[in-house]
Amino acid sequence: MSTKLARWTINGLLLAGSAVALFPLAWMLSVSFMHPGDSGSLPPPLLPADATLANYRTLFLRIGIGGYLANSLAVSTAITALSLAFNLMAGYAFAKLRFRGRTAVFRALLGGLVIPAQVAMLPLFLLLKTLGLVNSYAGVVLPALASVFGVFLVREYARGIPRELLEAARMDGAGEARIFVQIVLPLLRPIVVTLAIITFLTAWNDFMWPLIVLTGQDHYTLPIGLASLAREHARDTELMMAGAVITVLPVLVLFLALQRYYLQGLLLGSVKR
Amino acid sequence: MNRQRVAWLFLAPALIVLGVFFLLPVLGALALSFTDYDLYALADPRNVRFVGLHNYGALLHRPEFWAALGHTVYFVVVGVPLSMAVSLGAALLLNSPLARARAFFRTALFAPVVTTVVAVAIVWRYLFNTKYGVINALLAWLGLHPVDWLGDPHWAMPTIILFAVWKNFGYNMIIFMAGLQAIPAELYEAARMDGASPWRQLRHITLPLLQPTLLMVAILTVSGYFQLFAEPYVITEGGPLQSTVSVLYLMYDEGFTWWNLGSASAVAFALFLVMFAVTALMLRLSRRSLREGEWA
Repeated sequence: MSTKLARWTINGLLLAGSAVALFPLAWMLSVSFMHPGDSGSLPPPLLPADATLANYRTLFLRIGIGGYLANSLAVSTAITALSLAFNLMAGYAFAKLRFRGRTAVFRALLGGLVIPAQVAMLPLFLLLKTLGLVNSYAGVVLPALASVFGVFLVREYARGIPRELLEAARMDGAGEARIFVQIVLPLLRPIVVTLAIITFLTAWNDFMWPLIVLTGQDHYTLPIGLASLAREHARDTELMMAGAVITVLPVLVLFLALQRYYLQGLLLGSVKR
Repeated sequence: MNRQRVAWLFLAPALIVLGVFFLLPVLGALALSFTDYDLYALADPRNVRFVGLHNYGALLHRPEFWAALGHTVYFVVVGVPLSMAVSLGAALLLNSPLARARAFFRTALFAPVVTTVVAVAIVWRYLFNTKYGVINALLAWLGLHPVDWLGDPHWAMPTIILFAVWKNFGYNMIIFMAGLQAIPAELYEAARMDGASPWRQLRHITLPLLQPTLLMVAILTVSGYFQLFAEPYVITEGGPLQSTVSVLYLMYDEGFTWWNLGSASAVAFALFLVMFAVTALMLRLSRRSLREGEWA
């Protein structure tokens, strides 16, 4: 009897918690299909009386959110591809190649994690201004091309590669670049997927730095474009919800598809830090 | 010799990026914080003057800085324990042998973590609207008075804290689940044999054994929460009556609205120092409590 009660309580609480977690997202989706102004009636409706795509049409045809979407896709993809390459190379070197100062350099990198990224943002803006890169895609992409977290994650994983495997390849006369591409990378596949999805999601959701470095609409990513729309169209609830859906949906779908890899990376990255 | 060169070639791209776009700017920020770099200097660098610790001294006399620090500390002190409690509660529920459909519940509870802060912060703004918001409609349905969530200076920060808890608890939930699974099941079996209630099992087995995880999560969450920016920027724009201006919000405003990059850098470093001190203090206190625990 008591176990039955406990089972009901536990699953009931889980159900309630999930409802609270999902409600804002469900509401966002529902309101995005309402006619302009409909969500403002009292009591607030939960479902559209007459579903419409009007808000999405306005966003794409009149406001040009497609441009923001394209910018977000381009910037996030570039960051993911390039930083993946850089972090993989560095993480592998820290794990498997011997060189003077290896421990010291790695310690220094980890020490850098203490410093919040925002400390660097003011001079970084001046630096990019000098380079003529303010309000450009490069301004968003360049600073994100390597991350201590990524290097660390790869190093942790790459340490499991047997040394004999690499030595054998060297005996056979394979160059270091070939060893990396043909032997190491295939072994690192799971962590490559993990790091790719984490990097993509982080780049997609990033707000403060793009807000600083992107000064004109043409280069806005979705979060920046959405934040600026929200100030202009504060009263257009339905329109803003459609914009939020467009921003959130790609990352949510990506997460659902690759959830296992994402959660694994989250654990690897935090448990040992 | 050749091996050394290969290793550095592998490291070079990442180290150059981190050096040029992180290390160099951090040092630059420190240097900048000792100057009066402002709009005039932006136009012509010859206008920069070295002012020593003046920016820091001025900061200590600015009520806005103390207010921003106060709001941020409020957010951290209330938000972190609340987030961690919800995360731990969710992890305990999910970890219970009685839980059904675990994969579904885990995904549902984690979903807010991967969403874009800006987008869901906008959703929050409408949900908590005083007149048309769903939350106040719910309160009315329960027979409670409506709350002016985002218009009342006393309620704006709590609303942002609720948002942060909703958005972030899933992250630590996953870490706690891993920590819970590492606790040997025999301990609970032995406790049950001795007739220990679930509450006593939690207090005497789960929490003590989870302590290292709790400490790590606390430190990471505290430093994350000190970096509050996007939430007030989108939900309240710092208002009402400046009641949700955080330290980073102040830095952003000072630096990129008023172009006082010198004093904005001092704000950034002040935040860094506060975060560093708090983290060090947490580590120290936890070490002491661990030691006392061993003697007890």
